[in-house]
Amino acid sequence: MRRRRSIVAVVAATALVTGLAACGGDDGDTDGTGDQSATKAEFNAGVGKVFNPSDAKGGTLRFANSGDWDSLDPGDTYYAYAWNFVRLYGRSLTMFKAAPGEEGATVVPDLAESLGTPSDDAKTWTYKLKSGIKFEDGTPVTSKDVKYAVERSLDKATFPNGPTYFNDFLDTQGYESPYKDTTPDKLGLKAIETPDDQTIIFKLVKPFSGFDYFAQMPSTIPVPRDKDTGTKYKEHVVSTGPYMFETNELGKRIVLTRNPNWDAASDPNRKALPDKIEVQLNVNSDDMDNRLLSGDLDVAIEGSGVGAAAQGRILADQALKANADSAEVARLWFTAMNSDVAPLDNIECRKAVEYAVDKTAYQRAYGGDIGGKIASNIMPPVIPGAESFNLYETPNNAGDVNKAKEHLTACGQPNGFSTNISYRAERPKEKATAEGLQQALAKVGIKLTLRPFPLADYTKLYAGKPDYAKANNLGLMVYGWGADWPDGFGFLSQIVDSRVIRATGGNTNLAVKDPKVDALVDKAMSETDKAAREKAWVEVDKATMEGAWYVPGIWSNGLLYRPKNLTNVFITNGFQMYDYLAMGTTNK
Amino acid sequence: MSAPLEVPGAAEQSQPEAVVDAGGVPVAGRSLGQIAWLRLKRDRVAMGGGVVVLFLIAVAIFAPLIVAWLGHPPNEFHQDQIDPNLQTASGKWGGIDSEFLLGVEPVNGRDLFSRMVYGSRISLLVAFLSTLLSVVIGTVVGVVSGFFGGWIDTLLSRLMDLFLAFPLLVFALAIGAVIPDKAFGLAGDALRIVLMIVVIGFFSWPYIGRIIRGQTLSLREREFVDAAKSLGARSPYILFRELLPNLVAPILVYSTLLIPTNILFEAALSFLNVGVRPPTATWGGMLSEATRFYQIAPGFMLVPGLAIFVTVMAFNLFGDGLRDALDPRGR
Repeated sequence: MRRRRSIVAVVAATALVTGLAACGGDDGDTDGTGDQSATKAEFNAGVGKVFNPSDAKGGTLRFANSGDWDSLDPGDTYYAYAWNFVRLYGRSLTMFKAAPGEEGATVVPDLAESLGTPSDDAKTWTYKLKSGIKFEDGTPVTSKDVKYAVERSLDKATFPNGPTYFNDFLDTQGYESPYKDTTPDKLGLKAIETPDDQTIIFKLVKPFSGFDYFAQMPSTIPVPRDKDTGTKYKEHVVSTGPYMFETNELGKRIVLTRNPNWDAASDPNRKALPDKIEVQLNVNSDDMDNRLLSGDLDVAIEGSGVGAAAQGRILADQALKANADSAEVARLWFTAMNSDVAPLDNIECRKAVEYAVDKTAYQRAYGGDIGGKIASNIMPPVIPGAESFNLYETPNNAGDVNKAKEHLTACGQPNGFSTNISYRAERPKEKATAEGLQQALAKVGIKLTLRPFPLADYTKLYAGKPDYAKANNLGLMVYGWGADWPDGFGFLSQIVDSRVIRATGGNTNLAVKDPKVDALVDKAMSETDKAAREKAWVEVDKATMEGAWYVPGIWSNGLLYRPKNLTNVFITNGFQMYDYLAMGTTNK
Repeated sequence: MSAPLEVPGAAEQSQPEAVVDAGGVPVAGRSLGQIAWLRLKRDRVAMGGGVVVLFLIAVAIFAPLIVAWLGHPPNEFHQDQIDPNLQTASGKWGGIDSEFLLGVEPVNGRDLFSRMVYGSRISLLVAFLSTLLSVVIGTVVGVVSGFFGGWIDTLLSRLMDLFLAFPLLVFALAIGAVIPDKAFGLAGDALRIVLMIVVIGFFSWPYIGRIIRGQTLSLREREFVDAAKSLGARSPYILFRELLPNLVAPILVYSTLLIPTNILFEAALSFLNVGVRPPTATWGGMLSEATRFYQIAPGFMLVPGLAIFVTVMAFNLFGDGLRDALDPRGR
């Protein structure tokens, strides 16, 4: 998922992406049993197992965010950390289990009694709601509230931030928004049926076997229609989870307090240990790191790891390092090659770039060895079924001038060419990446001019807007992508399928326009056998690399710090950061 | 100063350097310029500032030679100098050694010495040219406004007020953010340098304009202007031959004092990332990057910070000395 961050956040947040993959996730602790735990503070004690387990309730859990939410409205959010956090105040049909490691990436029923029941062709999905679930004001939750929530999330004019999976997969028949709905109960969407208050049926336009992943998205968190205020709903979201909003000062501070109408008996997934949860917004990220290290703060909510300065301090001090975890995350930092810009329309020129890139510089830009592993293909190895392969091998990953020149000659540009490279101005790591690429490509005569753009509009107005990118000769575009959820579809579909590219901008697929890849995506999507599906996604990955659309840079790691007072700390593969649902504190 | 009527004795009192005691042998009196130079030479602090200024100009002009001799290309990566885990120089003191005189930048290992030397070019170029621009505009407007008076004066004075009230930094930020990569037949860094010069120069002329207007107002009423008028001199003659030479001193002094202000302004713009684009080295840009690393690589922040400090200080000291030399009564 897009990890958009506010400008302030960026400096620190991106700087934090670090961690020791080799020492981390693969150490055999991740066998998914989840009942393992650790109480001794050591490096990576929160990876694959629960660190400092406890059932003690009470206290205030203190979060801070270097930026702000895209929106607190469950129908309008697309940050990984927001999806992690929203489970505290909202219950969707299904959810990622609050469990360490791989188990945290499994989908379990939440509002629903069980996972969805598909029809034989996987085009109709039925869920039964648990009974006795109430909103914070005591009104019972019905399937109509869930339907209404999904309906309003379809309205991208009102809620532009969230994912578009329901828009693309539901048989909407042109339905746009409940705000334009003429039916009296505003439930005119035919793709969702609610035969009774406990049953909800989704009808899709194409078969999709992974619908339970859709059902865990925050847009299925019920919204009471009489409390819906459109874009203002984010100021007071009506809670169904263990916590509800006590204070919500937009852009400053959020305080959650216990929801008296939440029934622990209906909810085996949530421990709900702290009495209060406090989030400070727009906090300087270096300041945040310092407060984490001094214990004045519990969690940096974005979960992308500490900044460069804090990383240096933590790694140099064994006592600090013992309280840190390195999470291997399903995120790739890469550079896209734009075939709208000559001569990159020629595959040979794109291959020349693949060979010319010095990936060690790419890795340095992201914090060296602990920032992540050098990526040889697109799908991060942490995703189940992913395979690593390298179609453009160069000695020591440092680039191969001769091979690059061969391909340049084949492309008809033996002396190289000039183009622009775009990156997000507020992200020092992307700037370092662009400068590194400029250095490496200059060796084969490819001259890059750096073009920074504001982070907030990078996909909306610049790199992600095809006509702008073309007119401004953005041949190379530095970008990054994290999985919406850890499987091939959740990682690849939004960045390789050419049919998701919209001329109006806001694209996350910046480059790949390949019918062969599209066909393979369709094949993978309709494959119902898990093993065969995982293989099919690897084929998609291979086809994209064969087309040389992306220069994969780094499979990211994050260096996370856990202050001593935290209990039940673990990294979940569902979000690739600490799980916020299980966490408690010994601070009173 | 420069009263055309030579009153014996008066000059001796106010400007003792003007009278040369050569043992009764009559000698030609010294010109104003010579007198000022004598005074300036005696002011050690100002001379020190002047020497540093000349040195910095030389460094900026000969940057490629200096870097070829003592450093590395300013944008070249030296990642072998960087500790792969800590992101900072693997050597001591930020990687200072015989090869990297001021150490290396964290993460990519660029030579800080080379970047500092190259950074001086942008700083001085922008500062000098923008100062020149504002001095030219300011002098013209100031003289015209002061000399002609009446509605012209009112109009131009209000215009100056308008420009003084203009939120320059906000404007510069906005324009720096929206300017395309190519415009006015220029592209890339050249465009952005010209833009900075124009923005800074065009909005700082009222300061000097007001001073010149005030000076012109007082000069206009002096006897030598009346004399020229009564002899039938036309306005252009009076403006260029009578007034302007008397304005050289304030123009010089305020230029020298405007330059450091503009250096700071350029640094501020680069710091806020609206100056020239990376990887081109600027002092402000280096400072901005260094803020991320100040705890683990303080040297990175110190280098551009000291460069800005020394430059601004040198210009200010020199400017102060020059003012004292040209107008000792203003002391």
